[in-house]
Amino acid sequence: MNWLFSHNVALVLAIPVVTAFVLTLLPGYRLSAKLNVAGSLLTFLSALSLFVGHPPTNPYVLVDDLNIVFIVLNTFVGFTTSLFSMSYISHELETGRLTPSYLRFYHAMYQVMMFGMNLALLVNNIGLMWAAIELATLATVLMVGIYRTHEALEAAWKYFILASVGIAFALFGTILVYMAALPVVGEGLRAMTWTVLLSKAGVFEPSLLSLAFIFLLLGYGTKAGLVPVHAWLPDAHAEGPTPISAVLSGLLLNVALYAILRFKMLMALNHAAIAPGPLMIAIGLMSLIFAAFMLYRRRDIKRLFAYSSIEHMGIIVFAFGIGGPLANFAGLLQMTMHSLTKSAIFFVVGHVAQAKGTQKIADIQGLTQSHPLLGWSLVLGVLAIAGMPPLGIFMSEFLLVSTTFARAPLLAVLLVAGLAVAFGALLLRLQSLAFGAPQGKCAPVRVSILPIFAHLALVAIAGIYLSPVLVHWFQHVANMLG
Amino acid sequence: MHGIAFDVAHLLAGCLVLVSFLMLYQDRLYSLLNTYALHAMVLFLSVAWQAYIQNAPHLYVTAGIALLFKAIIIPVALHRMIVKLGIHREIETVVGTGPTMLAGMGLVGLSLVVMLHAAAGADLMAREDLAFALSVILLGLLIMVTRRNAVSQVVGFMSLENGLILAAAGAKGMPLVVEMSVAFSILIAFIVIGIFLFRIRERFDTVDVQALDRFRGERQ
Repeated sequence: MNWLFSHNVALVLAIPVVTAFVLTLLPGYRLSAKLNVAGSLLTFLSALSLFVGHPPTNPYVLVDDLNIVFIVLNTFVGFTTSLFSMSYISHELETGRLTPSYLRFYHAMYQVMMFGMNLALLVNNIGLMWAAIELATLATVLMVGIYRTHEALEAAWKYFILASVGIAFALFGTILVYMAALPVVGEGLRAMTWTVLLSKAGVFEPSLLSLAFIFLLLGYGTKAGLVPVHAWLPDAHAEGPTPISAVLSGLLLNVALYAILRFKMLMALNHAAIAPGPLMIAIGLMSLIFAAFMLYRRRDIKRLFAYSSIEHMGIIVFAFGIGGPLANFAGLLQMTMHSLTKSAIFFVVGHVAQAKGTQKIADIQGLTQSHPLLGWSLVLGVLAIAGMPPLGIFMSEFLLVSTTFARAPLLAVLLVAGLAVAFGALLLRLQSLAFGAPQGKCAPVRVSILPIFAHLALVAIAGIYLSPVLVHWFQHVANMLG
Repeated sequence: MHGIAFDVAHLLAGCLVLVSFLMLYQDRLYSLLNTYALHAMVLFLSVAWQAYIQNAPHLYVTAGIALLFKAIIIPVALHRMIVKLGIHREIETVVGTGPTMLAGMGLVGLSLVVMLHAAAGADLMAREDLAFALSVILLGLLIMVTRRNAVSQVVGFMSLENGLILAAAGAKGMPLVVEMSVAFSILIAFIVIGIFLFRIRERFDTVDVQALDRFRGERQ
């Protein structure tokens, strides 16, 4: 047992690498899909053990209460998505949209992406974190384009170009942070190590640090899908395979958010530098309101939920921008609930698109009659994501709205307006998707119910009862974030 | 030592900005590629000079990669690809040369104002270096947005990366990132050349990104 606690960080990183390597060698897709699930499950279990014990922080790896939350969520959704992916891809093979050789590539890339994200969350070095996020991004770019249709290629190209620009800005910001740390910390690796930076941030050159944060917010904000640098997100979600849409929304956006949060912690320690809060509030509100209005004009079901992801990232960034224990708590809860709900919705939507043979909202009607299981899961998922009580997202949004009203009433009005507009759009679409007379093709489809059920159950339970252990943990992290 | 070391570094970084300007108005793919090769060459000189004055041998590796890959292999490979694709004609730019150059000047002015102000406390060399690097990055972005052709967008992106490497090389004793950014720029170039252009060609018989717009999922 002690061995596990001193090596679990290494395991979280090593298992995806080993699995990816084995997957490139295995020819059969059934076996590799199972291996993909097994690898993801093992990674998740080692991540869970981080709660109990972990090796002390060293110059390379940093484990604290903040990133344990992220890493457990990351590996959990990674695991359930691999389960969903198993049933999803066998259907894609039958319909001939993918060939076995592509699947080999797909599975290996899935693990490479998981490795990139886990590394970004665990590493104690701002340069390596940047590289890890870039690795995860490149892996997803390749997967978005895997169908090789016109739309998929355009989406992958747009994603690649915008993500590269974002990642370039993030690197420039990273270099600026190093420059700010240089006179205080000295040359070399130490000036890029999180723990060292955090202990000495108070005496860094404030103007350099301020400029660095603007670049980092813009750079990592591109990856987090914040307006005005969100344009890649709907295309990439709509045209890639659905498991990848689930992973993009549920995980990759969070990893980018994690980077922004860490740098925000750094900024908060330096009182002479600009306050990161107002910037994050502005960009968060902009994303929320823009995406809320865009929801009305969507004709493609995956694009609809992609815009809803932008909306939720806006809310989360807004919450962390407001800051303070309560708003940070709301932000963390919202992030967790959004990851779980949105990936569950994408699981359902993936099966729906397969059953109906289309992603057009106009062609999908009456799901609760034609596919009761999928239909009602979709109803539950959309109600959750729209913020209906008593589900999990209602909790976090309620907390956020009440604390914002207490501290900045004007902003709260804007926040509530955005939430209400999005709520209306989602219910409007849900109405036509789930109810009415079924239309068009109604092929039966093998549904992998376990991941959908697991996610929605967690969201429903969290809305009614949050375990005190979790509350305590989140409170501690919220205090850490300042 | 300080005087001449500073002057040469300044001169080379300034040249890089100048070559970025040259790239802005190249309206043929071949000449754009040649100018990019020159850009990489200036980067090589600049990074090599930084390696010399900082006494940092690992930067010579970065300089070597800039010379070998960026100034020779990638331009040659792209040349051959352009011939194969048969797109060696003029490339249209979205905005005319005049406004583009004016916008470029504005961006350089902006980055000088911002950097010289923000980095007022840093040492002189690093400050000037960062200001030039930011100019190169912004000009690279401008190249990307004013072009429609996929090849020239990639060239724009690679010139942007050159700016990043200039910044990283100028940051004294910066670990890891120089090697990393070089490795990634190569990787990106490979991905772009190997997969995207190949697939785009296969599907569209064109590498004009505007043609891709027609396939927007939501246009009905």
